[in-house]
Amino acid sequence: MEYGNRQLLAKEGLQDLILAMQALEYMVIGPKIEQEAIVYEEINSLEDLPRGWTDLQTAGTYRIKRRDDDAYFGYVVGPRSLKHYLHPPRQLVATATRDGQRWEFESIENIEQKYAFLGVRACEIAAMRVQDRVFLQGDYVDPLYAKRRESALIVAVNCTMAAPTCFCTSMQTGPRCTDGYDLALTELAEAFVIEAGSDKGEKILRDLPCSPVTTADLEQARKLQQQAVEQISKTMNPVNLREDLLENLNHDRWEETARRCLSCANCTMVCPTCFCSTVEEVVDLSGDNIERRRTWDSCFDIDFSYQNGSIVRNDIRSRYRQWLTHKLATWHDQFDQSGCVGCGRCITWCPVGIDLTEEVAVIREKKCSE
Amino acid sequence: MGSVRNSKNRKKPKLAVFKFASCDGCQLSLLNAEEDLVSIGEAVEISHFLEASSHVEVGPYDLTLVEGSITTPGDRERIQEVRKQSRVLVTIGACATAGGIQALRNWGDHEEFQQAVYPHPEFLDTLATSTAISDHVQVDFELRGCPVNKKQLVELITDILHQRKPRFPRHAVCLECKQSGTVCVAVTRGIPCLGPITQAGCGGLCPGYDRGCYGCFGPTAQANVSGLSHWLLKHDMPKTELVPLLRNFNAGATPFREEGNRLAREQDTELE
Repeated sequence: MEYGNRQLLAKEGLQDLILAMQALEYMVIGPKIEQEAIVYEEINSLEDLPRGWTDLQTAGTYRIKRRDDDAYFGYVVGPRSLKHYLHPPRQLVATATRDGQRWEFESIENIEQKYAFLGVRACEIAAMRVQDRVFLQGDYVDPLYAKRRESALIVAVNCTMAAPTCFCTSMQTGPRCTDGYDLALTELAEAFVIEAGSDKGEKILRDLPCSPVTTADLEQARKLQQQAVEQISKTMNPVNLREDLLENLNHDRWEETARRCLSCANCTMVCPTCFCSTVEEVVDLSGDNIERRRTWDSCFDIDFSYQNGSIVRNDIRSRYRQWLTHKLATWHDQFDQSGCVGCGRCITWCPVGIDLTEEVAVIREKKCSE
Repeated sequence: MGSVRNSKNRKKPKLAVFKFASCDGCQLSLLNAEEDLVSIGEAVEISHFLEASSHVEVGPYDLTLVEGSITTPGDRERIQEVRKQSRVLVTIGACATAGGIQALRNWGDHEEFQQAVYPHPEFLDTLATSTAISDHVQVDFELRGCPVNKKQLVELITDILHQRKPRFPRHAVCLECKQSGTVCVAVTRGIPCLGPITQAGCGGLCPGYDRGCYGCFGPTAQANVSGLSHWLLKHDMPKTELVPLLRNFNAGATPFREEGNRLAREQDTELE
């Protein structure tokens, strides 16, 4: 089915959209100011949105700041991403209970809560699809992810600005949302241009108080989307990136980066595609009740590569190299695509400001063989 | 590590708690375990726990928890005896695992402190240093923190009772902040935070209350302390603040101690 019949939604109309989603029993997750950042949180009404706020991001720093207008989506991306909800950081996956002489095992497979995500950017849709490839395809499907993902509603927002850490244009994931959403918004000065991208979205759109768009509205939307493209200053050429990294595994740069990298795992925690977790069994004192818990883990955790009595990646150099080469190179071998969507979170949230695009540039500048 | 369940006659394993130089806060974590304390009391025989009861049984003990650091010649002898009486010996808290806040004396003039504080220092019999238990005897497991985390403490006892090797994360506090949704105070506010080089276990407590981590769980495995100090110095943190940040509850932990000393030496050279 063809969608894309664009309409105009007044700014207050956003409240109707939130109410419509709530009426359909979605928990609405959208941008909210918390702990001095704009993060995905539960949204109860329009009032919760960061109206008139923006974010300033550079390598290792993030600040929120007042805008000189009342834009609702006048910021870029925050530390949380959809994975916080679709692949939550802590998850009970199974239990075992001793009943006399027998054990009862139970897998947790039923998820009641369904989410509607409001304000999702093109790079975040791309990231969600990277995780879809990991969790939903191949021999092992994650039933918990599948349930949450299937029931989720995506209300995308086209970026009208970019941070100095953004490089989605290099990774060809944005800034405009082309598909993968149920509804998409472009915020103009006085209203939103809204369009559906699915039957679910179309159904919701039908009941919203919209008016027809004018050519001038569409021209304004196009210009604002172009403004985001033009503000993107960071680049990382994906052509031959895999080879450039894998042919330089002994580059001096890895050692130099290891002196700065804290192996703290922040980059992997904020990365919207990083999916690694650890599973452990926790038993109570009686020994009768066992919980199997899954928790986000990271290739930067020293014990992550523990096997057969020893640690495989036993220094920061090998851990950083593992992360970067997996993300940008061997991800292609494993999942037929890059693991990077160019959102820049790993740059902003690195507590010592390590910028992967700079690391790549240095490795490319003076290759091992030269 | 020996098994604590192999006590003869299948009696309940004997638990002992010993205290050296410390504030008692880690032992209190055990008393604060509330309903778990009841289960612990059912699972083990509490044989020596002066904080809780004056009823004392002689050793040997199946599981011994040791709080505090070694600061007197008496301590130094007593820990040898505690070790001999203990099948499994676990140290709990920053004092026992790294010498604690009192390890700051290791940088000071011990004699001068005595003169300044006590009217009759001649009655004192102390060492010039405060050191970790593992500097004196073989330790089977170390539980970090100032104080230790109650949940980790109960989990540790559970693991040992079930003959499992305790498995606690050695990675940074940052994972716990991100897992619990705490936004990074270093990145959003420029607050100096030791989280990236400090071992997890507290659940990201301080950043969750809008302040930086001060490293009370001690360094992560392979902590890159100089990587963090380099960044903080570049962002205008004076050495006069950075050195004390590294020298607090885990001042004696090797990675913190070495970087603190290196910065202090640089500071001295700059002053000359």
